[in-house]
Amino acid sequence: MNAIARLSDLSHRYKKIVALDGITLDLPAGRMVGLIGPDGVGKSSLLALMAGVRKIQAGSVQVLGRDMRRMRSRRAICPRIAYMPQGLGQNLYMTLTVFENIDFFGRLFGQPREERLRRIKELLESTGLAPFAGRAAGKLSGGMKQKLGLCCALIHDPQLLILDEPTTGVDPLSRRQFWELIERIRSRRQDMSVIVATAYMDEAERFDWLVAMDAGQVLASGSPAELKARTGTANLDAAFIQLLPEHKRRDHLALIIPPHQVKHGSPVIEASALTRRFGDFIAVDQVSFTIEGGEIFGFLGSNGCGKTTTMKMLTGLLPSSGGEARLFGHPADARDIDLRKRVGYMSQSFSLYSELTVRQNLLLHARIFQLPRAEIEARVKEMTERFGLDDVTDELADKLPLGVRQRLSLAVAVIHGPEILILDEPTSGVDPVARDQFWALLIQLSRDDGVTIFISTHFMNEAERCDRVSLMHAGRVLAQGSPVALISARSAKNLKETFIAYLEEAAGTEPAAAQLGTALDRNNQVAAPQLRSKRLPIDPARRAWAYARRESLEIMRDPIRIAFALLGPIILMIAFGYGITFDLEDISYAVLDHDQTPESRNYLENFAGSRYFNQRSPLQNYAEMESRLSKGRLTFAIEIPPGFGNDLKRDRQPEVGIWLDGAIPFRAETALGYILGVHQYYLEQRIRSESSSDQRPTPLTIETHFRYNQDFKSVYAIVPGTIMMLLVWIPAMMTAAGVVREKEMGSITNFYATPVRGLEFLLGKQAPYVVIALLNFASLMLLAVFLFQVPVKGSLAALLVGGLLYVIATTGLGLLMSSFMKTQIAAIFGTAIITTMPAVNFSGFFAPVASLTPGAQVFARIFPSSYFQQISLGTFTKALGFEALMVNFWMLALLILAYLLSALSLLQTQER
Amino acid sequence: MRRSLANIFQLGIKELYSLRFDPVMLLLIVYMFTFAVFEEAQNANVDVVNAAVGIVDEDRSQLSRRIGDALLPPRFQPPDALAIDEIDAAMEAARYTFVIDIPPGFQADILAGRPAVVQLNVDATAMGLAGTGAGYIQRIIAQELNAFLQSDGATPAVNIVTRARFNPNLETTWFQGAMSLTNNITLMAMLLTGAALIREREHGTIEHLLVMPLRPVEIMLAKVWANGLVVVIAASLSLFIVVQGALAVPISGSIPLYLSGTVIYLFSVTSLGIYLATLARSMPQFGLLTMIVYVIMLLLSGGNTPLESMPAQLQTIMQLVPSTHFVRLAQAILFRDAGLAVVWPQFVATAAIGALFFLAALLRFRKTVTLMQG
Repeated sequence: MNAIARLSDLSHRYKKIVALDGITLDLPAGRMVGLIGPDGVGKSSLLALMAGVRKIQAGSVQVLGRDMRRMRSRRAICPRIAYMPQGLGQNLYMTLTVFENIDFFGRLFGQPREERLRRIKELLESTGLAPFAGRAAGKLSGGMKQKLGLCCALIHDPQLLILDEPTTGVDPLSRRQFWELIERIRSRRQDMSVIVATAYMDEAERFDWLVAMDAGQVLASGSPAELKARTGTANLDAAFIQLLPEHKRRDHLALIIPPHQVKHGSPVIEASALTRRFGDFIAVDQVSFTIEGGEIFGFLGSNGCGKTTTMKMLTGLLPSSGGEARLFGHPADARDIDLRKRVGYMSQSFSLYSELTVRQNLLLHARIFQLPRAEIEARVKEMTERFGLDDVTDELADKLPLGVRQRLSLAVAVIHGPEILILDEPTSGVDPVARDQFWALLIQLSRDDGVTIFISTHFMNEAERCDRVSLMHAGRVLAQGSPVALISARSAKNLKETFIAYLEEAAGTEPAAAQLGTALDRNNQVAAPQLRSKRLPIDPARRAWAYARRESLEIMRDPIRIAFALLGPIILMIAFGYGITFDLEDISYAVLDHDQTPESRNYLENFAGSRYFNQRSPLQNYAEMESRLSKGRLTFAIEIPPGFGNDLKRDRQPEVGIWLDGAIPFRAETALGYILGVHQYYLEQRIRSESSSDQRPTPLTIETHFRYNQDFKSVYAIVPGTIMMLLVWIPAMMTAAGVVREKEMGSITNFYATPVRGLEFLLGKQAPYVVIALLNFASLMLLAVFLFQVPVKGSLAALLVGGLLYVIATTGLGLLMSSFMKTQIAAIFGTAIITTMPAVNFSGFFAPVASLTPGAQVFARIFPSSYFQQISLGTFTKALGFEALMVNFWMLALLILAYLLSALSLLQTQER
Repeated sequence: MRRSLANIFQLGIKELYSLRFDPVMLLLIVYMFTFAVFEEAQNANVDVVNAAVGIVDEDRSQLSRRIGDALLPPRFQPPDALAIDEIDAAMEAARYTFVIDIPPGFQADILAGRPAVVQLNVDATAMGLAGTGAGYIQRIIAQELNAFLQSDGATPAVNIVTRARFNPNLETTWFQGAMSLTNNITLMAMLLTGAALIREREHGTIEHLLVMPLRPVEIMLAKVWANGLVVVIAASLSLFIVVQGALAVPISGSIPLYLSGTVIYLFSVTSLGIYLATLARSMPQFGLLTMIVYVIMLLLSGGNTPLESMPAQLQTIMQLVPSTHFVRLAQAILFRDAGLAVVWPQFVATAAIGALFFLAALLRFRKTVTLMQG
């Protein structure tokens, strides 16, 4: 067999969880190979290892004859592989348009403009996306997102296409169109191999070759027909269950659904013309239905068709924009606490408290639902028994397997014995055995306990089990009735065909496949020869530019980030410029004058006359002084002793007492300086006026020159310092968050899977933030000069060059931070914490670097702030030029290099 | 009512469990209340400590050496000798904050009673220490001169005796330690509470709470008490172990009174945290918003530079921010030993502002669930 990929003894683990357990397997070339099995069996890990985006831990993988463990061979073949990760539009950029997304990938593969445009046109036409080229990817439906993902994957003519669950959560019509598209492409390119993972067994029927997986191991491989023959089953769902190991199969029971006994009472759930709008988007459009007591009512539809929104309106979580929802004949009002006790709700994300144990989760809900205290214990026990949770009562919910977690969610939702149960896609991601077990519980609840169940799903076979279903698409109900009735009304084979027929009718089109076919045929003639076009030499600058361009587009379309980036510094500069000041004026003081003579008043006049001081009403006694000082009303008090005047006249050196409020040492020190100055002035005046005195005047004069800032105004030091601080803080934070954002969103995979190198990625990501930081720099300089009236006394050119180097260094610091941060919130706070201390305390902003302890000086030297502080302060206030500041420029340049190299060496080029 | 209290208690316990499994947050709490408080208190000096001085001694006399020797730690580093033509370059490179120039023939002039001039160059861009430092140096030179002449001829007509109340040696560490504790209380309370709400929204558990027989006010109060409790415990430990222990700051005021003020303040900032969380659509947005609010609170509440030096309008605006009142309250209680009779207006103001934020957050609370639909 000619193999596209050879795996040998491949194992992979995430901490304690084994994802792949010694797999040895050859995958045939030129075929459509399917990996089947539920979530969490290792399909995604296997695909990621083959695509080269995940680092191989043990064993080996050969793709296209190259060893994927070696960086060099990965690089050589990566332009021949395309990888589409799991999740709707996971590798897309939601704020970018359809065209811009594909264009970005074309640029990453170094295609020149002409070729790129031609390919994009072809792809858009053949996928039917051409009319939506200008629409943002985030505004596309699930099916269209997946088609766009495919376009992005196909732009470089890969030899191997790896698709990870490309159709999960997509409506059946779009799903069918997607597979038809793939088949078209394959018929055009016979040598292209496709490897697909899927959770839908019905899709797998059409693949050439299947690999059934469970618990990190391969259960069986072969063509669908072989697998069915081997297990003696009629469909792949059953075949898969047969292939499972004995202990897992044992739990599986064929579901028997007793018919629903229609009770002709008043309806339990009613919706009439229920509508919900978000802005101009209509999520739910005039939806009406009535559900009888004890019925299982299903909502079938793709992701984003309005199922969840409808359910939220029923629970009262979301007010409706029109129409009405009624439960038990009462309007569904979130404020109606009694109503809530009769309803159980299980949301899409199994909203459990993952950090509580099974028991704690149950107890918490029992208590909140106000079960009588005496019954709680018994009820929790009943739940754990009934839902098979006995063995895991003290486990954390987080640690449970998905299927068990789902049962716990259900137990939590019914602990208070609700009459209605609303379940939003409760079974997504769970394997077929667990899914059937879950359904057995639902059937029990409905038929034995008479609970009315309203459930949403995107699995056809689950919908077939409901008493009645409602087919939903784009916010509207297409049809409603029992599955059997719906199928026969359309005289279709099964519910899926029925749904597709309704979808096509709703779209008002010809059967979509035919339309697609013609588009493709038309293209086929034109496109085929060009597809083999010679690959052009790839230009690293072009790929870096692709990243820079894309990042800029994204930032410009994110109003919150752009507002923070551009307005944040301005707001903070104004706050700091006015708020931080060392200029103390109007220092409040009061006088305790025991003497009350002309001499004492003469002494005190000097204080009253100073612009620094502000005299308050005089003090009567010590108690008052103490009280006013401790209330913070006075900064200091002057005490003139009794007999001051007499003593002064007789040269007996009277002693004046100053009582300072020492609570704020800086203020006290400054006040003290002023006080002593006034005192000194008084003494000098006295000597001069009493020239008859035998005292000899001191011959010493101390000439104090306040250099650089003759008026001694804080603003001249604070404003340049604030520029230094804001230009490290915000650019570093923005850059760090910008890179980590890709990790969080998953689009970092594009960096792993395409030929982009680390340096290109880093420089491309950094460039837009440098530009933003330069805009910040410009706005801050304008504020400094025009609002705060702090002129640039020295060389403007030196300031500009220094600013440029500084923001390159600070954004580089952000890049470095991002290499070890995992979430945006950590990047924001981590960067803030790490940059604030050096910028505020070790940069020379508040205290000169020269005054720092030797340890702190080292700290100051490895951050760029201390150097730019010199440049900013030097050019603004000290009137300096290049020459005097030269060493700072060199140090900044050195730091830029050091940050970049460290970031490069820490940057992962594969997922671990 | 009893039902409500029980719900609030239950939900709060759940909140504490959640925090127990968030190692990043726990690490941040430990860092902020130990290392960060200690480092800031040790290093964030805005007064004259360890100042770098240069001396140009053109006299090389006994008197000029004596002046150099009198500049002592901790206020001054041992002065470096400079040549007269090095002054400009050294000051431009900010190697020295002060440069003293003693002219040739200085001692001879003084002894002969001829007028003599000493030049003191001050880098006036070092706002924190330039003014006070220059004052110290002037006084030291004058003292040394008097001592050298051993004459009482210069005894002043009036003596001045200063006593600093509440902090006799004007140690900055005292002030900085308590203020950085105060600032970290602000940050952690906002961050913990707001992030807890956003996390519940991102995990979808908040919807779960809202379909249970719970009212938003109960959910919010649970967050307030649980996260507030964590911060108040961390802050108390930090006060005892870091501030009183490691930094050896003597607290003269009533610690129970300070902690009750802290409790009221925590109601206020946790409410602010919830309010900010209802404004943000995602965790990163919340982070950016909180950073801006925090930095403004940090710098403008009077904990860093005195409130009365700010423009009047800014002072008025800052009255609406709870940290302004808390900083004042903390300074009054911890340093001036003020009692409830003195600080009650701050208690009332903090509680009132907190109630406003709480109410504003409550009004937005349900809407935040629908916001997640975007």
